[in-house]
Amino acid sequence: MKFTLNGKATEVNASPAARLLDVLREDCGLTGTKEGCGEGECGACSVLIDGEVVCSCLVPFAQADNAEVLTIEGLNGTHPLQKLFMDEVGAQCGICTPGMIIAAMTLGEKPTLDEVKVALAGNLCRCTGYSAIYRAIMKWRGMPLPDESSSAVTA
Amino acid sequence: MSELDLRRASSVDEALTIMRDEGRTPIAGATDLYVAAQFGTLVPRKLLDIWKLKELRTIGTAADGQTLVIGALSTYTDLMQSAVVQDRLPMLVTAARLVGGVQIQNRGTIGGNIVNGSPAGDTLPVFAAADAVVVLRSLRGERRVPFNEFYAGYRKTVIKPDELLIAVETPSIDGIQAFRKVGTRAAQAISKIAMAAVRDPKRPRIAFGSLAATVVRVPKTEAALASGNSIDEAAAVLEAEINPIDDVRSTAVYRKRVAVNLLRWFWKETAPA
Repeated sequence: MKFTLNGKATEVNASPAARLLDVLREDCGLTGTKEGCGEGECGACSVLIDGEVVCSCLVPFAQADNAEVLTIEGLNGTHPLQKLFMDEVGAQCGICTPGMIIAAMTLGEKPTLDEVKVALAGNLCRCTGYSAIYRAIMKWRGMPLPDESSSAVTA
Repeated sequence: MSELDLRRASSVDEALTIMRDEGRTPIAGATDLYVAAQFGTLVPRKLLDIWKLKELRTIGTAADGQTLVIGALSTYTDLMQSAVVQDRLPMLVTAARLVGGVQIQNRGTIGGNIVNGSPAGDTLPVFAAADAVVVLRSLRGERRVPFNEFYAGYRKTVIKPDELLIAVETPSIDGIQAFRKVGTRAAQAISKIAMAAVRDPKRPRIAFGSLAATVVRVPKTEAALASGNSIDEAAAVLEAEINPIDDVRSTAVYRKRVAVNLLRWFWKETAPA
C-alpha cells in the first residue's frame, strides 16, 4: 500500500487490517508515536491523516491508502512547539507528548485557551496537570495566557 | 489486528453484493470495532471497509424540504460543522460534541453509533426523541424502520446480515431541543446517563440512554407532561416508569435520581417566558 509519510512517498507491504500505529512503529521504524491505551481513550498514538487528527491505534492501515500521514518525526525535532514543550516543562514522562504536539498542529493561528482545551481533550496527560502544556501552546501561538488559577483543573 | 480479514468496497452496490455473498461485517471509522478487536472480543473476523464511500457521507434535506437526511458515514465532526444539522437538530450537535475527543469525532460515524447499539451510544437518545427513521438497504431493496423499533434488545438490532444502514432521517421538529450527558469528566467519558428531549407543545418527547438495555423513550412521563401535569407530578411518573440498570459505571439509584433531575432541569430551562 502506498501513502505519503511525513512528506515522503512510502510503500509498505502490511496487512490491510493492521493498525496504522503498528505499521508506523514496526514496519516504518517510527517509534515516536506511542501506544497508551490501545482503545482510543488517551490520544498518545495521535497522528494526522490528511490534516485530521486520529488515534492511529484505531485506524486500519487500508484507510491510510493514498493518504498523507504526519507523525511527530515529521516535525524533525526542530519545531518551535517542541522546544516550547521543553522550556515550559510541558513534557515529563513523555508518553503523551508526541500526541499532544500532533493534536496541537490542528489549531488555528490565534486559538483561545478554550479552543486549545477542546483540541487536546482527547489527549490525556497524567504528569503535568495540563497547565504547562497549554502554556507552551499559547506561547507558540503568541496568545496571552489567562491567569494561572483558571487555566488548570478543568481539562 | 493483522489476522483480521479486511476487504474494501468501492461503491455501495459493491458493498451490498459482498455482504450478500461473503457475509462480511461493515467497518467504517473503526472506533468501536477496533477497540473490541484489541480486547479480543470482536466476533466477526471478516470485515468490509466502507470508510471511503463518499456517497454515504452527505447531509441534507429530502425532497419534501423538511426531512433531515444524514448519511450513515457522516462523522461527529461533520455533524458539528453542518449548518443544516445546527439549524434542524441542534441537540445532535450537542451530543456529537460530547463524543470522545477530536480524534474519535473525526472517525466515528453516525451509522456506526446506531448499528453498534450500545445503550450508552451518545447520539441514540437524540434519534429516539426525534422520532427518526433508519434507512436500510440490501440487494433485495430498501426499507425504512422507525428508530424506536430498531433495537430488539441489548446490542441487538433488526438489521439483517445483508443490509447496510444507509442513512438516518428525522422529521422537522417543533419546540426547543436539549441534550445532556452525565459522565465522569467533560471529555472522553462513557455516559452514566444521557437525555435528549424535545419540548413540542403538543407532544413533548423524552429519551434516555444508559438507563436500560437499549435507549428508551418514557411514554407515561411524556403523556403526563402533554396533559399539563405539573413537573412534580411528571417527575413522580418518571420515577415509577423507569427501572435503571446497575453496572460498572453507575448504580440504579443514582441513575434514577439523575434522570429525574435532568427532566426537571429540562422543563425549567425550556419554560415559556
